[in-house]
Amino acid sequence: MTALAVRLGSRWTATRIVAAGGIALGALAFWLALPPLHARTTAVPVVVGILGVAAGIWAASRGERRAGVGAIVASVLGIALGVLATASSVEHLNAVVVWSALLASTLRYATPLVYAAIGGLYCERSGVVNVALEGMLLTGAYFGLWADDLTHSWVLALLVAMLAGAALAAIHAVWSITLKVDQIIAGTALNFLALGVTGYLFVQHYGDQGTPGNIDKYGVPDIHLRFLSSWYFIGPIFGQLNLMIWLSFVLLVATWAIVFRTPFGLRLRSVGEHPRAADTVGISVARTRYLAVTSSGAIAALGGAYLSIGFVHSFNQGMTNGIGFIGLAALVFGKWRPLATWGATLLFGFSSALAGKLPFGYGNQWGTLFQALPYVLTVVAVAGVIGRSVGPAAAGRPYTRQ
Amino acid sequence: MSGRSDELVSEEAGEQPQAPVEGIPPVGTALLTRARGVYRVVGPVGTTVLAFFLGGLVVLVTGDNPLRVYHAIFNGTGLNWLFHFGSYSIRVPFTTHHVWFWWDTGSVAAFNLQQTLLLTTPIVLTGLAVAFAFRVGLFNIGGQGQYFVGAYVAVWIGSSFAHLQPLVHVLLAVVVATLAGAAYGSIPGLLKATTGAHEVITTIMLNWIAFWVGSYLFGQAGPLQISTQSGVPESNVVVAGAKLPVFWGPKELQGLSIGVFVALAMLVVYWVVVRRTTLGFEIRAVGFNPEAARTSGISVTRNYVLAMAIAGGFAGLAGVCDILGWQFQIGPSEIQASQIGFIGLAAALLGRNSAVGVGFASLLFGALINGTSGRQLDSSIFPPELAGNLTIVIQGLVVLFVGLDLAGVLGGLRRRRRST
Repeated sequence: MTALAVRLGSRWTATRIVAAGGIALGALAFWLALPPLHARTTAVPVVVGILGVAAGIWAASRGERRAGVGAIVASVLGIALGVLATASSVEHLNAVVVWSALLASTLRYATPLVYAAIGGLYCERSGVVNVALEGMLLTGAYFGLWADDLTHSWVLALLVAMLAGAALAAIHAVWSITLKVDQIIAGTALNFLALGVTGYLFVQHYGDQGTPGNIDKYGVPDIHLRFLSSWYFIGPIFGQLNLMIWLSFVLLVATWAIVFRTPFGLRLRSVGEHPRAADTVGISVARTRYLAVTSSGAIAALGGAYLSIGFVHSFNQGMTNGIGFIGLAALVFGKWRPLATWGATLLFGFSSALAGKLPFGYGNQWGTLFQALPYVLTVVAVAGVIGRSVGPAAAGRPYTRQ
Repeated sequence: MSGRSDELVSEEAGEQPQAPVEGIPPVGTALLTRARGVYRVVGPVGTTVLAFFLGGLVVLVTGDNPLRVYHAIFNGTGLNWLFHFGSYSIRVPFTTHHVWFWWDTGSVAAFNLQQTLLLTTPIVLTGLAVAFAFRVGLFNIGGQGQYFVGAYVAVWIGSSFAHLQPLVHVLLAVVVATLAGAAYGSIPGLLKATTGAHEVITTIMLNWIAFWVGSYLFGQAGPLQISTQSGVPESNVVVAGAKLPVFWGPKELQGLSIGVFVALAMLVVYWVVVRRTTLGFEIRAVGFNPEAARTSGISVTRNYVLAMAIAGGFAGLAGVCDILGWQFQIGPSEIQASQIGFIGLAAALLGRNSAVGVGFASLLFGALINGTSGRQLDSSIFPPELAGNLTIVIQGLVVLFVGLDLAGVLGGLRRRRRST
């Protein structure tokens, strides 16, 4: 164990590995009761879960308090859900838990969140709070669809969507950086503006007819990987995904590299953490923030365009319906780091996918209640129950040169 | 309104940038200290005029006449009722004289005005929810969620306990639902005080939690779904004894309930608490400078929690007034359509967190929303679906320019010119 800890580097101490094992045991307790294994006795999740609790208590008593408490919480949840699952009928479980379908729709639901959260990441890392992600998504969704309908070219459509998102974000930049207006007020205003303007244009342009039915012909294409499609388990998940989903993976890796491995990333983070220090060493705070905020709008708009011309192939007034805020939640939950944020979007995407599937076995109401989960988790995360989530130090504060 | 204590502080705080205090952007205080003197009135009015002007440009660009559109909207608001001089008269017996009444309470305009005031009521209260939290330096975006919680509890109590005396029933629903809103509002205050969790993030999340929990409770097969019709995703209907009395307009057809007086009373309560009580003094002290307040023996934790609870209570009361006043039922579709909390936010910003300002700003937004609704707006002049979106655009512009604080920017420009 210690040898493993040494190989993994100093961040992974033996106690921390045990705590992580406890969290995994908690998940296992639930998983064993689900298809395809279908443990039918309550003893199985209870025993596995108690092992997880024990690991958590051990780790917590050895100084790994947060991870240990996390393991205890995960294991207790695992026991509860596992016992519930053993009490449920096999047919219901089979109807809801189809792993490959669930994971494929997890990716579909997570993708707009990835674009929103990564857009937000650039903005907030530079020290500008962005609560207007929702509006930026909505702008991208409308203008992407409108351009696609006009030009029948999804490449142009994505470009137009990005431009529109960047234009909205540019207002945010001018207001937050140059005019030093409160960033939350500006963001709230932009959410209103985006909702009103896209709704107005939609009614004006498409009226009662709604958006044309042939958008799916000109939308962003799905990628068919024929060689994959016969593979067990992997095939149904990755065999036919939209291009935008693959692009989101590229965006994630690129963002990680840009933020943590390039001079620009260093500038971005320093401007967000300590603008005065950054200014002193000759970094232009305003220019860096302008760049970050406008690209944030362009990236978030891509998520909206994915929704309208890659996923549902239509537009409705206010169609984003809180997705931008879940993206913001994922960013906070992932502590403003690209890969952890991705993990959060997958978790939230999974809960959306499960919420969409639950009605097949258990009735609509549980699916609806499930939608609240990402928000509950985020409140828990910012409150610091499991590993406190703290944003960039200068976020929300305009910078004045002296 | 006397703003003496405001001015004393703002003389010092207004000129220099606020010192950042433990990671809180000084959002409320910056807004408070800038608004003073003549700018208090000129700023918001200028903002509104500018927003309407830009909204008019949108109408013009898309091929309609903005003046005609605004006139139709104005008639839809019912505010034209106030200008119907001499529309109603009675001849004095045995003479040729007539007594002219200014106002005809039975006219269409009167009905429109009742609807505007019905809408203004919750906007005032959610506006106060934002304004009160501003006083302690917290940005309460959670008015929408607190409104929902108040509405849920009100509809639950109002539709059960049918054997209660009407007065007891109404009071029970109002008190418990307001307390529920207060409890929900106190969560972000408590989290802020104990863990430092930023209230903007937590209130946004709590809004969506309330949204989905309500959709679950009253939706298809939810635990509080209507008991008589299993296929309808709505709550039970509030019983007659729990409804707020209607004092103006048709009793059965959304006349004006006494909720509007509740809102007016709360404006007064707000002013008294903020200006004339120890609690209000402490809350403002924490809002201006938490560190200084703590040093002088004021508990920051207690004031954060209390201020957010009171704010949540205001928003919860808004939900109560809507449910017991005219809605009587709530379901996922109403929950999805509701924007009251955010309109209240716009009203608080435009009204500069003052009681009078919030009142007038709420009336403006209430009138605008009612005037552009499908029922009131003459659709031969302008389609209501477009007008509804125009309303949202105007709200957005108002908030955008309020944030900009025209007065502050103009003042800043002048100062710069003088110094160069």
